[in-house]
Amino acid sequence: MKVAITSEGNSPESKVDQRFGRCSYFVIYDTETKSTEFIPNPNRNAREGAGPASVQLIAAKNISKVVSGEFGVKIKPILDSLKIQMISVKDEKSITEIIQLIENNK
Amino acid sequence: MPYGLQHEQEDIAPVLLHYEEYESLRLCDYDGLTHQEASFAMGISRPTFTRIYAVARQKVAMALAEARQLRIEGGKIYYDSEWHICRNCGCYFNNPDKEETVVKCALCGSSDIDSENDTIPSGNSECVEYRVCEHCGAVVNQQLFTIEGYYTCPACKHQHHHCRRKHNNY
Repeated sequence: MKVAITSEGNSPESKVDQRFGRCSYFVIYDTETKSTEFIPNPNRNAREGAGPASVQLIAAKNISKVVSGEFGVKIKPILDSLKIQMISVKDEKSITEIIQLIENNK
Repeated sequence: MPYGLQHEQEDIAPVLLHYEEYESLRLCDYDGLTHQEASFAMGISRPTFTRIYAVARQKVAMALAEARQLRIEGGKIYYDSEWHICRNCGCYFNNPDKEETVVKCALCGSSDIDSENDTIPSGNSECVEYRVCEHCGAVVNQQLFTIEGYYTCPACKHQHHHCRRKHNNY
């Protein structure tokens, strides 16, 4: 299973980005191979439509869960129809902490 | 579903009230919310809400005046999936597979979870609109921006033609 986490920076110590469409980096974590991949978000400075464009990026990677702070009104219906689970984390957690939680979950 | 007087007559078409129009009437006239609060609850802008609400009233009035049947169906709607809150790690998560019941947190696996019902902001205190000054970055209650054709930031006196909006419970 692959999980996408929005990140403010490109290190495991970075915090979860509260924005989804305009986050700085996407972290793709694979629970089987335990690999993490940092992808800079090309839609970061997009004028509009950053959310749907980011969903496309995520969906192309076969993600089943997305961890972010907030999901916008345009994103929720798309992710819902793609059956991608949304997880909203409001308090400041680092990428390592999130991965730790996912690992303990199994 | 209200029936008009001539509901048995086939030639009189019923008035079709869309779901979002029904919802606007319910929030505004039944729950007693302001347009601002109701638009917030429906996730649309205040002007869009007012437009939908105006159409809704017009249709209800038409149904009453012309004694036509009122049917609630159709419209641009989206049903949110169930959302849950985890008391262990404090995260919110939804349930994309509606057939399966959620027993544990999607993130930490804890079974200490609670289903989350949509809370509609009640009272003006929770629904104050904030504006972010693009010049100095100050977050100011919208009412403190003076309107003279444009907005003026009280912190740096920078004049804006339009500003980003920010809700405090978003």
